This record gives sequence, C-alpha cells and structure tokens, in this order.
Amino acid sequence: MSAVLTGILQAIVLLLIAPLFIGVVRTVKARLEGRVGAGVLQPWRDLRKQLRRPPVRVESGGMLLYAAPVVGVATSLALCVLLPLVSRLTIIPADLFVVVSVMLLSAIAPALVGLAGGTAFGGMGASRHLTILALVEPTLLLAVYALSIPTGSSNLSAILGARIDRPALIVSPVGLLALAALVIAVIAEGARLPVDNPSTHLELTMIHEAMTIESSGRDLVWLELGSQLKLTALVALVGNLVLPWGVAAGAGPGLALGVVALAAKTLLLGGVLAVAEVGLAKIRLFRVPELLAGSVVLAFLAVAVSAVVPA
Amino acid sequence: MTDGFLVLDLVLGAVAVLAAVGLPGARARAVVAGGLTVLTGAAGVVAGAAALSGTASAPLRIGTALPGIELAFQPDRLGGLFLLLVSGVGVLAAASGIASAHGPSGSRSGWAAFALFLLGMQAVPAASDAASFLFGWELMAAASTALVLAEHAQRATVGRAALWYAVMSQASFALILAGFGVLAGKSGATSFASFAAVDQHSAAASWAFCLLTAGFGIKMGLVPLHVWLPRAHPEAPAHVSAAMSAAMVKLGAYGIALTIVRLLPHGPAWWGAVLLALGALSAGYGILRASVTSDLKVLLAYSTSENLGLIALALGASELLQAAGQPQIAAAALLAALLLCVSHAAFKAALFLTAGSVLHGTGERDLDRLGGLQARMPQTALAFGAAAFGAAALPASSGFIAEWVLLQSLVHATPADGRAPIIDVVLFPVAVGVVALTAGLSVLTFVKAYGIAFLGRPRSPAAADAHEPPLLERIVPLVAAALVFALGLVPGAVASALGPITTGTTGGAHPSEVIGVTLPGLDARLTPLWVLALAAAALVPAVIATVVSARRAPARSTALPWGSGGVLTGARMQYTATSFTEPALRVFDDVLAPTRDVAVTHAAESAYLVERVRVDVSTEDIVERRLYRPLTRLLDGLGVRARGIQNGSIHRYLVYSFAAVAVVLVVVAAIR
Repeated sequence: MSAVLTGILQAIVLLLIAPLFIGVVRTVKARLEGRVGAGVLQPWRDLRKQLRRPPVRVESGGMLLYAAPVVGVATSLALCVLLPLVSRLTIIPADLFVVVSVMLLSAIAPALVGLAGGTAFGGMGASRHLTILALVEPTLLLAVYALSIPTGSSNLSAILGARIDRPALIVSPVGLLALAALVIAVIAEGARLPVDNPSTHLELTMIHEAMTIESSGRDLVWLELGSQLKLTALVALVGNLVLPWGVAAGAGPGLALGVVALAAKTLLLGGVLAVAEVGLAKIRLFRVPELLAGSVVLAFLAVAVSAVVPA
Repeated sequence: MTDGFLVLDLVLGAVAVLAAVGLPGARARAVVAGGLTVLTGAAGVVAGAAALSGTASAPLRIGTALPGIELAFQPDRLGGLFLLLVSGVGVLAAASGIASAHGPSGSRSGWAAFALFLLGMQAVPAASDAASFLFGWELMAAASTALVLAEHAQRATVGRAALWYAVMSQASFALILAGFGVLAGKSGATSFASFAAVDQHSAAASWAFCLLTAGFGIKMGLVPLHVWLPRAHPEAPAHVSAAMSAAMVKLGAYGIALTIVRLLPHGPAWWGAVLLALGALSAGYGILRASVTSDLKVLLAYSTSENLGLIALALGASELLQAAGQPQIAAAALLAALLLCVSHAAFKAALFLTAGSVLHGTGERDLDRLGGLQARMPQTALAFGAAAFGAAALPASSGFIAEWVLLQSLVHATPADGRAPIIDVVLFPVAVGVVALTAGLSVLTFVKAYGIAFLGRPRSPAAADAHEPPLLERIVPLVAAALVFALGLVPGAVASALGPITTGTTGGAHPSEVIGVTLPGLDARLTPLWVLALAAAALVPAVIATVVSARRAPARSTALPWGSGGVLTGARMQYTATSFTEPALRVFDDVLAPTRDVAVTHAAESAYLVERVRVDVSTEDIVERRLYRPLTRLLDGLGVRARGIQNGSIHRYLVYSFAAVAVVLVVVAAIR
C-alpha cells in the first residue's frame, strides 16, 4: 500500500516539476544570452492555454490521433512512477530493461502522430526521431549492463542502494564511463542540443517539433507534457545516480526530504543543461551517429573494464 | 497419449491429401481439404502439448519397403514444443487458407502440397532417429518448393525464387545428411539416443557440429546463408509464407537446439562463440535490410532472418555459459531462445497473414504505394499493429518477455569478480549491443511498416479503394495477434512449461509460476501484468483530463490542419517508406552499400530550368552481390565446360558406362 502511495506522490511531484524544469532551462539560457526570458512558469501557462483550445485534427487521422497523445503521456507518467526518484520503494521492481522499453513506447506515440498527419514534415520528424532512437538503444542498454555489474542486478533501487553504501562506485572509472554514456543517451533521447534544437523555428532542421507540427489543443499538450515528463524523469535519474543521497529508503517521513532532494537535483541539473546548451550548436543530423558511436564505445569500455577489474 | 495422437495426425493428414486430390470444385476442396488440414494441425497440437508436459508414450514405428529401415517417432519435451509450434501455426495458416487460397494455391496440388508440407513439418520434431528426421525434412522441403512455385504462371519472378529456394534447401538437406552421417559413423547407429554417446570433444563431433550448423543455418536464414528467404517468402501465397516463416524456418532452430542440447550436450566453448557470432551477424544485418526495404513481404522476410539470428545468439550464449560453468545463466539463455521461438511463431504468422490481406485488398506489396489503410481495413490494421508490437518487442508483448530474458542472461554472464573468460568479456557486451541495436531498428522498421501502410493518406488509387478480406481471413490474424499479448501478459505459464527443457540439460529446477517470470540465480523477476496495470492506472488521469477538456472544447476535423502553410499538399508529398529510412540508409551506408542514380532532364535551352528529376536508389543485398554472384558464375562456367563431355555420340556413352562399371569393381575389390 505504501508503495502505491509513493508511486502516486512521485507522479504528482514529477507532473509539477516537469514544466518547471523546462522553464528553468529556458530562463537560465535567456539570462545567459542577455535576454529577460518569459519566466520559469511560462511552460505551465502554455500548457494551460493549449488545454482550453479545441484541437484541430486531420480527417484521415482516425482513432489514432485521439488515442496516441493520451497513451503517450500515460506511458511517460508510468515511467515517472516506475523509476526510484523520490523513494527507493517502487510499486513494481524498477528493472532497467523494463524502464528502457517503456521509454521506447512513449517515444513511438509522437512518431505515429507525425505519420498519421499525412504531410511531409510529420513523416520527416518521425523518421529522424526513430533513427536516432535506434542508435541510442545500444548505448542505453550497454550503460545499463555496466551499471548492473557491480550489484549483479539490473534493479535500479538495488543499484542506488549500492551507491549509497559504497560511494566509491560513483567515482570509479567504470561508473564515470557509464555515466558519460548515459548522459549522451539522455540528451539524444530527450531531444536536446546538440542533437535536436528544441527552440528551432526552421522546419527543415526539426526532429521532435516536426512530429507535433500538425497537433494542436490538448493533443499538443499531451505530446509536450509527455516529452517534458520523460526528459525530467531521465534527468532526475541521472541526478540520483550521481548523488544517490536524499532518496528515501521506503515510505514515511523520509519522503519529504526525498521530494525536496529530487526537486533540488533536477532543477540544478536543469541549470547545468542550460549552461551547456548556451555553448553548443546543433550538429548536422548525419554527424549525430558519430556522437552516438562515441557513447557506445564509452559504454562498452565501462562493461569490459568492470568485468576484468573487480570493483 | 502422444503416439495415439500422432497416429490420428497421420491419418487426418493422409485423408486431407486424398480429399485435396479427389474432390472436384474449388470451394468444396478448400472447405474439406482445408478443414482436414486444420484438424491435422490440431492433432499435432495435442500430441506436442502432451510431449511437452513430459507424458510418457511408446514410440510410433512405421515400417518401410526397405528391409531393416523403419521410421520412429517419439518426441521428447524439446521436440514436443516444436511439434506444438508448427502444428499451431499450421492450424492458423490452413484456416486462413480456406478463405484466401484462390487460383493455383487453392488447386488440387496446392492443397495436397500444403497438407504434405504440414505433415513433413510435424515429422521433423517428432522424429527420434536420423532417418525419420531426414524423411520429414525432405518432405517439408519438397512440398514447400511446390507451394512456392504455385503462382509461377502469374509472375515471372516466382520461377527464379523457387529455383533459389530449391537449391538452398537441397544444400541444407545434404549438409544435415553429412552431419548425421558423421555421427552415425562414429556411434554405429542412427537413433538420436545413440548419437548422444559420441564424445563431444572429439574431432568427429566438431565436424558434425559444423555440418549441422551450416545445414540448419540455411533453413533458419542465417546470414550469409539467408539469400533464399527474401526471395521465396514474398512469392509464396499468404498462408504458405506464414507457415514457412512462422513454422518451417523455426525447425532450423530446433535442429541447432537438438544438436547442442540433446545430441552433443556440453560441447566446447568455441561452438557457442560460433553460434553467437553467426546469430549477431544475422540479427544485425537482417534488421538493417528489413529497415530499408519498402516491399512489405520482403521486409517481413528479412525480419525473420533477424529473429532467427537472435535465437541463434541465445543458443550460442547458452552454450558459452555452459562451458564457462554457469549452468543457471545458461538455462536462462536457453529459455530465452525457446521463448523467442514461441513469440516469433505467433507474431510472424499474424504479420504474414495480414500482409496477404493487404495484398488481396489492394494488389500492392510496395509500401510506397500504400497508405490510409487503417480507415479502410480496420481489423487487418488492428491485427498488424498488435503483431508489430510483438515484433518490435514492446512491453506487454511476447517479444518483450523473450528479449528481457535474453538480456538478463547476457548481462549476468560476466560477473564482477574478474573470473569470466576473456572471450566472454568481449563477446557478451557485443551481443548486448547487437540485441539493443536490433531492438531499436525493429521499432523503426515496424513503425515504418505500420505508419506508412496504415496511416496517412492513400498514396495510390489501389490503396484508396482497399477493402477488407472475407471474415475468416480477418479473424485468424486477430487470433494470432491475441496470442502475442496472451503470451506477453501471462508468460509464467509458458516459462514453467519450457523450464524442464532448459534445466534438464543444465541441472537445477525451474520455478513453476503463472503470471510472472523468475530467473533462478539471476536475481531477476518480471511480472508484465503489473507493468500493464501501472500503465492502465497512469491512463486514468490522462483520460479523465481529456474527457473534461473535450466537453469544454470539442475537436474540429479538417482536410488539412496546417500542412506547414501549404495550401495544396497532395498525398504524394507525404513521406514514403523509402524517404522514411533514408537517414538509416545513410548512417549504415558502408554495410548496405546502396547505389544512387540521379538523372536530371533540363528544359530546352536552359541549364537552370529542370523539367524532370529521376532518382533511383537501389539497395541490393551485398552478400548476394559479393558472395553468391561469383559462386553462381563459377558454377555456370563449370556447367558449360562439362557440356564438352556430352557430344551425343553413343560410342562415347558406352565407354563412359564401361569405365564406370570398371571403377566400381576396382573400388569394391579394394574395400574387400
């Protein structure tokens, strides 16, 4: 029962933080670039405004255009419940392979929406998005492999527990290599610079935005909220792997600290992401595989080293 | 019990063949012969299930005209599983065939060959000695060749496809015959029980392993032996290609499992490394080819090569782990291989049957000319979508469970204590990387297949006029697709049924469960039903918010919401399957080696005004181009040269026969 409550708590906290996270990233970027920015609450206002508007859908879209955005946001929400973010106690074991495949599912929803629109840009976005997704997959799973070797389990709660008990694991060469690979994978998966430019207005360079280009109203809200939730949950996961402290061991009063720690880590990493993005330009689509190949090599090294050198 | 149902199976199959040959009238033939074939499959399902559950039974012996040679059928648990699988697929394919087989595939020879094909496929896993195995294997190969040839009068490509298929399947037969021959020579008998007495570390065992792997690898479509697969599957009628892909190729996997589990258990580690490398190569290359193909049935054929590659990879991992002294993880890898087989049977049957429905409804196989079928063929779209879910190994499908077990066994292969063999330290991460890349690319492939064919606007008049097939042809794929999710949501029952096969060779017990899968010794447990419940719970607030919002702001529909400001964006401006995978084609340029041909026609008198641009992108199979073309050229050359010894002179032929008799006499004299 307490696991269910922590799950619901986690979902609510992530729902509150996710748009705020995007707002923080945008505001920090704006300030660094000498602009004022729209304020950290602007993503919230955008979502509220869009939710009130009637969506306009293409006639040939069929049921899929109704269902896919809702399913997409629901899988992202499920991802937030599944990961040990506020507490290490999760409703179902946070197996990393399950996490990765739920993530795949939430990535497919916008691609199908893009294809259902029946225009060129939707298809273009879906094509690029899925190509990158396919290339990120080896990095993700090899990073999972590397993380699971010291504990002998791919359960995230166990991995976090081991990191709290033995902080040396975090700064070991293996841990750092795996983390670097994971960060690149998260950036690609979350459609951030240098892989995708989230604030682009030029259709030909779009990836994520191109898929949702024909969506409006609540359809757009669900797609946007879904990707915001996914990105925030992944960033929070990276935060927890780097700084596993503050995550509650179970239910109880530790949860309050868990919520505060989660918010602090996530928003801090949001600031770091913003600073990094100011100094980065989007790389060409066909240079992205080189970046991802590099991350696969990092992850592979992490696995090979950890299997040869006992931790 | 098993033997009784095997007899029933044989009788029903024989009656089906007779009915197919004897009955006049296509409709009556389809119903009676097709119905009897369905019953033949059903009898096989019961016999297989009984053998899988370990029910003891007497062997079924059939005498032959040759003295001293009799056929013996007594499936063990592993054979029972595959008997169950091929029979189950046979039931689905025959039922769909009753509605869909028209013209040549519904002819006398069409139905007779289908019944014989099913009997042959059932004989292979039921066989308990080499002779019966080879008899079933050849029956299956010959009958399926006849079925691939069915539509040769309609399309010129069928003949060449059947030729490739016939040559490759006979090569496969010859290699398996040689492999069994080596084992029979060493052990002095032909029964599988006596083969097991051969020392696995002897040179003869290794020769047998190589020959058998090559022979079974051809049937599995492992790269570089896969060339027949993308030719034969697309040309066969829908229900035949479903049976070939979902059942027949899997018997190659049965053959390899038979070799490393039953005939030559606990073999040397390098066998495992060979299988793992071969499997990784097939999985990666197969899915890459599938992702850039825009012919729907060729795409499914390459994806078969990928799935069977994963099965070989899992079998290889099991063998390697066995050799490294980790029996529990080896058992998990073997379980993954068997789950992959079960899952592939369900989703590939549904996918090939729905591809057939699309072909019937539109006359098109080319994804670039399809589109918008979801509105026109809703049930077919549902079945295809659900099966594609399994093929892409997404959560709650059977494919996901199988890949989860595979990944769990791979990541536990190199423990952190530094005592894993160095070869494992390299091979297993590579295997994980390949499995991951395969998973990612199969998502790309199946989103492409579904999104381009069923979503968007129709790209050709044929797609715009698409219609649903008859009732039976719609229901059967839905049943197969439902099985994909049934196996995915209640995998524990399947895993506990398969458990004794995996632990029988490796020692230890497998836990018995229904809804979840636990891998003993791996600290890994998965209950997909809970994952689904979690997703359903997450859907609740999203649906409530949608309903509330829909009441306040109802949606509007329009022909084109925005189209990036374009006023007239025709259906031809949509992304096609070819454009969809252009990025992947560029990324994997070195492996796929596409040839691009751009021809620009300028308007008269102008270097700047272009009248027409024609782009040809051809993605020929490089294995075929670099390996098989020189080989066929060499064989052709030898054939031409061999013509020289046949000049039509009767004197010369008399000399040849005299020389042949003399050589035989000399050889006999030398041996005695």
